[in-house]
Parts: sequence; structure tokens; C-alpha cells
Amino acid sequence: MPAVHAEGLFKVFGRRTAEAVDRLRDGASVADVRERGATPAVIDVSFTVEPGEIFVVMGLSGSGKSTLLRMLNGLLEVTAGTVHVGEAELTALDDKALRRLRQEQMSMVFQHFALFPHRSVLDNAAYALEVRGVDRATRRAKAQEALALVGLDQWADQKPGQLSGGMKQRVGLARALAADTDLLLMDEAFSALDPLIRREMQDQLLELQASLGKTIIFITHDLNEAMRLGDRIAIMRDGRVVQIGTPDQILEAPADDYVQQFLADVDRGRVFTARHVMVEAPTLVAPAAAPAHVLQAMQEHRSGSVLVGDGDGRVAGVATEDAVRAAVATGAPSLAGLALLPPVDVRETTTLSDLLAPAAQDDVPVTVVDDDGRLLGVVPRGAVLAALGGIPRPAPSAAPAPADPVGATAVAMKETIRG
Amino acid sequence: MAETVFRAAEDAALPQIPVGDWIDSGFDWVTENFAPVFDVISDGTEAGVEGLRDALLFPPSILLAVALAVLGGVVRSVRFAVVSLLGLLLLISMRMWEPAMATLALVLVSAVIAVAIGIPIGIAAAKSDRVSAALRPVLDFMQTMPAFVYLVPAVTFFGIGLVPGVVTTIIFAMPPGVRLTELGIRQVDQELVEAGHAFGSPPGRILRGIQLPLALPTIMAGVNQVIMLALSMAVIAGLIGAAGLGGVVVTSISRLDVGLGFEGGLSVVILAIYLDRLTSAFGQQRGRLGAIPSFLSRGGSVGKGGLAASSRSADAVTPVGADQNSPNRPAR
Repeated sequence: MPAVHAEGLFKVFGRRTAEAVDRLRDGASVADVRERGATPAVIDVSFTVEPGEIFVVMGLSGSGKSTLLRMLNGLLEVTAGTVHVGEAELTALDDKALRRLRQEQMSMVFQHFALFPHRSVLDNAAYALEVRGVDRATRRAKAQEALALVGLDQWADQKPGQLSGGMKQRVGLARALAADTDLLLMDEAFSALDPLIRREMQDQLLELQASLGKTIIFITHDLNEAMRLGDRIAIMRDGRVVQIGTPDQILEAPADDYVQQFLADVDRGRVFTARHVMVEAPTLVAPAAAPAHVLQAMQEHRSGSVLVGDGDGRVAGVATEDAVRAAVATGAPSLAGLALLPPVDVRETTTLSDLLAPAAQDDVPVTVVDDDGRLLGVVPRGAVLAALGGIPRPAPSAAPAPADPVGATAVAMKETIRG
Repeated sequence: MAETVFRAAEDAALPQIPVGDWIDSGFDWVTENFAPVFDVISDGTEAGVEGLRDALLFPPSILLAVALAVLGGVVRSVRFAVVSLLGLLLLISMRMWEPAMATLALVLVSAVIAVAIGIPIGIAAAKSDRVSAALRPVLDFMQTMPAFVYLVPAVTFFGIGLVPGVVTTIIFAMPPGVRLTELGIRQVDQELVEAGHAFGSPPGRILRGIQLPLALPTIMAGVNQVIMLALSMAVIAGLIGAAGLGGVVVTSISRLDVGLGFEGGLSVVILAIYLDRLTSAFGQQRGRLGAIPSFLSRGGSVGKGGLAASSRSADAVTPVGADQNSPNRPAR
């Protein structure tokens, strides 16, 4: 069951709207319809949002994205089409049922915060619960919890006027979170904030989302924001959706020149992460392996270093060719006693711009590890530059061959650099 | 003389429309058929105004003057309390206390009725563009029609005395109450109203919890204007026999008594200044009145924060017409 399903949505303002929809369906142009006194804002939009997904609608001013959002919770009546929220067909509900649906299943965060200046921060956060009829003690407790989630529990008794912009929007977010609805609509929620605060809020949203798992529909005009936040992105232009896809899909195959133009402005260093450029994790070299054997394999693959494991899937360190050669010379039975270089660890979510410095270190490959420190993959240095430069990723077949016991990835990595 | 005849001949090109005659016969019909209704209104109003006047005159004048001054001090400032006490004592010394209290009673009753009718009409006008458009000419009519013109029909309906004074005062004083209520509600940031809708608030709750509290400063400015207009009209009502300061002024005119007229006029000014400063303090939420808006929004905490906060008037006027990239009219 999708969280939200929109089918053939139209919103036309002005006169003779139904006729305008028919004409648009028959392929009339927007200019054509405008001449007859109707202003189409949203034209034939369909999409499905799955539970737990962050679905971003991206478009410039006047592209109809805010209008679209307001049709999803019935603030604007659709001219044609249907909206399903969970099991309910929102577009078929009467006023009372619609209010109930809004109270219980959806909440909204606004561009200009829309906090009530005459209510305290706590009472703002508790608003949705108050409307729902939750008793005073419970709603205050829940609102306090929501404020704690966004780090504002100290400010509960203040008035919104005493807060900064970023804090105000955190209250706006807390108000939506306190409602504890599965669906969160965010209308340009961070657009009014300055860049530093905006980034902070994006991080906070992603963090909260990781633990709360809401379904979020996020409106923005900023493609960088869309790429950072979105599991999937719908790009709107002049009321129509021109492309829906994951950030990768959109970056790799923009639907048309319009999307392509947008992508030119994307800060790839901040959009792409290690996840996009890493290649398959190699099998780690066991500390017990014989140095001579390892050295031979390295020379065969013309590899400068190997990753030495700790026997539990983690990287203990990196052995360079020189170190292995020295071990062979001293006749050491295994790599165990070897002085290893510390591994350079990054996370899957590390952005390319943060990868540049680790990738610049010679000899030591950049390893991508999960929360427990287990190896997920390595980042070929060339891949970082290629991704920054907008060169498409190599097809999976170009990825390194299945790893042999002796650091095939390190080998592949060297080759990538030389190539 | 010759010119007038010439002009009349020129006008004869258009048929004469006897608007005056129609109004006359209309009023006659209403007077004949609705006499009992007017009697009830008349009795009720008279009882109200006279009751209030008697109540105002019941305590010793100096005691009431001090009480009014203290009220001013609580609502506004100590300085205002001192100045108003001096003014009110001057009223007593001029032996104008009794007519001043009669006028005050008339003004308060008229203003309360005007506000009680005007605010709901203003709310209706804010909710519907059609009501607003229909109302505008009516309000213009009420405000600009020379007051003397509707003194006459008021007398035909209610006879000479207090009641027609109250009725004309209500008609004259109501428009700013309606207009400023409408303005105040329309000025509330649309995004806030939208937020109410988005969380599933019913319209009545949005009105009580969001629109009215935020429109309150503007509405109170309207109430202030209603009271001021009521005071100016109450003096004119003296012409048709309403007692009080209006009566004093009318008497002084008929006797060409400059001194008495000046005393009456000065008393009106003192009352006016007192009422204006007092009610505008409510509108600006100075002093200890900050709690009113949160009291209005049920469920708002009128706790420690409510009473202390006075810096609120700045936030109350949130930016209107904030940039939106689509027309946002809540549909339901």
C-alpha cells in the first residue's frame, strides 16, 4: 500500500476550469488555455510515494510545486484527478472527514514557519494534538518530547518571536513531529534559512528520518537540497512533471535539456557520496598469510599495497609493497608482526568533497566501512575525480574481478589510477 | 431669481424623482406597523442607559473619579492616572459631573451595542468578499450621511429623548468597528490560517484561536474609534433631547451663554481624552494586558509567560503576502 498516490492531478485557476482540463488532456498548449482565461498550475501529474520514503518535488517558482503539495492535503481542491492517502481517497472526502484525515495522518511544515506568535513554543508544538482533542497533560508531554528531538526543549516557554529563523523552523518541525503522523509535507521548509543553517537542518532531518522513518514529501527549488534529501525526486516545469527518479537516475540520465541545465549547477562534490563511487569490497588478506605469497600476488597485479584484515571483516591496516618485501627479507612467517599503516576509513555517506583529502594520500587506499567498522568497499581515486567531472560511472562489468585472497581491489585501484 | 427659474426650466428635461416623498411614506408605514417593536427597543435602551447613569452617579463623585484614575493607571501608566484624575476633578469642580456621567452612560451603551453588532458583521465581511462588497456602500452611507438627517427619522420612530440619541449614535459609530475588524482579520498572515487548516482545525477554531487573537490590536483600534465617534455623536444627540453634556451645549447655544458652552465643551474633551487613551491602551496591549490574546485563544497558557510578555505587538503583525509561488487560497 503506497503512502500517497496521486493520479492525473490537474489544478486550473480562473474561468471555465473543467473545459481547460479537457483541452489540456487533448493536447492543447498552456498558452492556448491561458488565452481563454484559465491559468493551469498543475497539469496531469501522477506519482506514488512509498512509506518511509523522502519524495522531493523540485521546480522553480511558478512550476506548480506548492500548488501540488496543497492538493495532497486538500488545502486546495483538485480541478481533476484523485489523491489517495493511505487507504483514504482524499479527493472524495467531505470537509469533516478531510479535517479528520489531516489531524490523524498528515502534518505540514511551512516555508515561513507559520508559527503562532501569540502562543508559546510549547503550545505551538502541541497545536496539532490540541486540535485532535488530546488532553492537556498528554499533549504537553508529547510536544516537549518533540521539542527535545529538535533540541529546543529549553525554549518551551518562550514566544516564537524570540527565536532565530533556524530555531523557528525547528519549532515548525517539532509541531509536525508532535502530531506523530506518518506523512509529513514540507513546503520549501528550509528555503528561508541561510545556507549554513539550511545544511544543519537538512542533516537534522536526515538524522530524524533515519530513526523515525516517516513518509516525507519535500518541496524545494534547490536541486542540491533535492539530491541531498531525496530518495526519489520529481522535477516539475510549468505545471508538469518532467522526470521522476532517484538522484542517481536523474544525474545519469536527465530526461531533457531542461533537467540537464539544472544538473550543470549541481555541486557534485556535495551530492555524490562514497556510496556512488566505491567499488566492491576485496577479500582482506589474513594476517597469517605468508609474506612471500602476498608479495608475489602483488607483483603479479602490480599492486602497491594490500588491506590486512583482523579476521572479523574489519580492516586492521594497510601493508605497502615495501613493508611486505621487508618481511620477506627478514623471513617472517606471516604478516602478523608487520608495521601496518592505519587504514583511511570513510562512511558511505561521506561526500566527494570530503573524500578528496583522504583520497590524496599516497599508497593507502580509501576504505568505506559501516557503523561497525566492517569493510563495504574501497574508493578508487580516479573515480572521485571522474564523478566530480561528471564522467559517468563505469558499467559494473568494469569493476574489479572477484577478489583473490591477495588484495585484488588494491590492484584494480592501482590500475585505475594509472589508467 | 431669474437664474433659478432658468435652471429649473433646464432641469425639467429630466423627470423629477420624488426620493423624499418615497422615504416619507416608507417611514410612515414602518412607524405604523412596527410601533410595538420600537416600544420594546425604546424601553430596553432607556432602562439600560438610565440604569448605567444611576449606577455611575451612585458612588460619591470623587470616589468614582479616583477609581477611574486608578483603572487608567493599571491599564496604561501612573502618569496617565494622575492626569486623568486632575481632569475628572475639574469636571466635578465645574459642576458638570452629572451631565458627564449621563453622556458617559449613553456613550458606553451605544458603543457596546455598536461593537456587539459591528464585530460579527466585520468577521462576516472578512470571510466573504461578497459580503464585504455589499457592506462597503452601506458603511459609507452610515458614515457620511449628515447626522442631522437621521436624527429626524429616529425621532419619528422613538420620540424625543434619550433613545433616538442612542440609535443615531449606534448608526454613526458602528462603521469603524466593522471596517477595522474586517481589516484586522484579513491582515492575519495567510500562512498561519493555512497552518490551522493543515492540522485539521475547523473554521470556528481557526477564527477563535488564530484570527481573532492576532487581529485583536486592530479590532481594539476599531473599538477605540467607535467610542470616540459615539462621544461626538452623543453631543449632537443633545439636539433631540438626550440629556447630558449634549443638552448642556444645546442649552448654552439657545441662551448664547458662552461660558456654559465652554464648560460643556471642555467636559466633552476631558471625557474624550480619557476614553481614547484608556481604550487605545487595550489595543496596544500596554501594561498588564498582554494576557488578553492568549486568553482568547482557548488552551493558550495564560501563565507566567502570558502576563509578563509585552513585546508581543511586534510579532502580532507578521509579514503579509509573504512570497509564495502559487496562489494559496485554502479551498475548504
